Amino acid sequence: MQYSDSIINKKETEDKGSSLTAPLISGGERPYLLHLADNNLILAQRNGEWCGHGPILEQDIAITNITLDLLGQARNFYQYAALLMNGESYKLPGPKAPFIPKAKGMERAVGEVTEDSLAYLRTEREFKNLLLVEQPNGDWGQTILRQYLFSQYQYLLYQQLQQSNNEQLAAIATKGIKEVSYHVRWSSEWVIRLGDGTRESHARMLKAIDELWRYTGEMFVAVSYEIQTAGEGMGVDISLLKNAWLAKVGEVFQEATLPIPENVFMQTGGKEGTHTEHLGYILAELQYMQRTYPNASW
Amino acid sequence: MATNTNHINTNNLVIKTEEDTILKLLEEVCDPEVPVLSILDLGIVRNVKINEDEIEVIITPTYSGCPAMDMISGNIKLALIEHGYKNVKVTSILSPAWTTDWMSEAGKEKLKAFGIAPPNPTQIVCDTRLFAESEAIQCPLCNSYHTKLISRFGSTACKAMYQCQDCKEPFDYFKCH
Repeated sequence: MQYSDSIINKKETEDKGSSLTAPLISGGERPYLLHLADNNLILAQRNGEWCGHGPILEQDIAITNITLDLLGQARNFYQYAALLMNGESYKLPGPKAPFIPKAKGMERAVGEVTEDSLAYLRTEREFKNLLLVEQPNGDWGQTILRQYLFSQYQYLLYQQLQQSNNEQLAAIATKGIKEVSYHVRWSSEWVIRLGDGTRESHARMLKAIDELWRYTGEMFVAVSYEIQTAGEGMGVDISLLKNAWLAKVGEVFQEATLPIPENVFMQTGGKEGTHTEHLGYILAELQYMQRTYPNASW
Repeated sequence: MATNTNHINTNNLVIKTEEDTILKLLEEVCDPEVPVLSILDLGIVRNVKINEDEIEVIITPTYSGCPAMDMISGNIKLALIEHGYKNVKVTSILSPAWTTDWMSEAGKEKLKAFGIAPPNPTQIVCDTRLFAESEAIQCPLCNSYHTKLISRFGSTACKAMYQCQDCKEPFDYFKCH
């Protein structure tokens, strides 16, 4: 995806030493955008593993539809992050600047950051997604629970992000929340169906909670770039959403006859690049083609 | 023809300006996944601008991950270039977010004739409550309202699967969004 010729021209006259691994991150907005994008990309990659393997055709289609939405949202965030990283004039929290990307264009200048380079050429430590989204699919119940815990969080996050003083972030959230409300509805219905289903499905949901709950605390512990962007009015003060999230999850769990675990030690680190061992394997598969055949394209 | 609206339909298009001529040409560009709908029927064309040395068509995606968008922008360029326009640029903007309310009435008729139930107006029946079924989805084949949701997700992101309880025929419903 290319934005404008002027970006490329400017890039060529700038410091040639910069590459993707060079410090791209100056303000809090760039890691924040990557965090938002990475959550979507990694969960999409995980859900995509179900393609062709869903328990029944309709639900196979449902989970891959959700995957497509997540991927689309990831692209929106990556495209915007790439624009900022390529040095488009950008000020916070100044007057709103129009954001007009070009729809299509594949030529890539040397060293230019693109949505693809952000997805395919960053290392594990540079990914800022939540630990939750990189956890293995497990059985259908575990996949459903992971989706529900995340979608409920993402719904509340986008609700607030719609108020961002950054026009593009607000637009991505306003677009995305329509899709996420479908994800919340679908996944919570499944949590209830399985939790309040058979003895077997109930037991599996308990196991899924046991596997995943420890990764939920991280969502509401703000890291430096979240604090910074929230302070600037661009990002969301994520710690304020914890109670609303717990209340919503509590309602669904109650109907699903599932307990909210107490006194669980919460794992953190994903938002700052310290991941569980699973992310490396995900990236190995995701990035294999670009790593093996650099700049290969369709 | 208004040029500063959120979207443009050609329900009552009278060709007065160069922009209108271009819009008329865009009626030939279809949604690749629902080929009976033009991009104007779908309500994804925001604006047409004639800049000094280029034509700019501004569109908006239906869903964030709609895989048809790249093909649509390619087809817009192709359609205009075929009619002698040079330097065609397609710009995609997100805000305000697309809604099925922007679909033209003609588009809804075409959908129905194609066997897809058209979206209900969003302010009436878009219901996000758990297990709630959107009421009154009309079977595009026998016109019965006695229909049942099979799955919230269908062959594309924008559709859900329904079945008519009277004629028993399964059909796609273009979800209100």
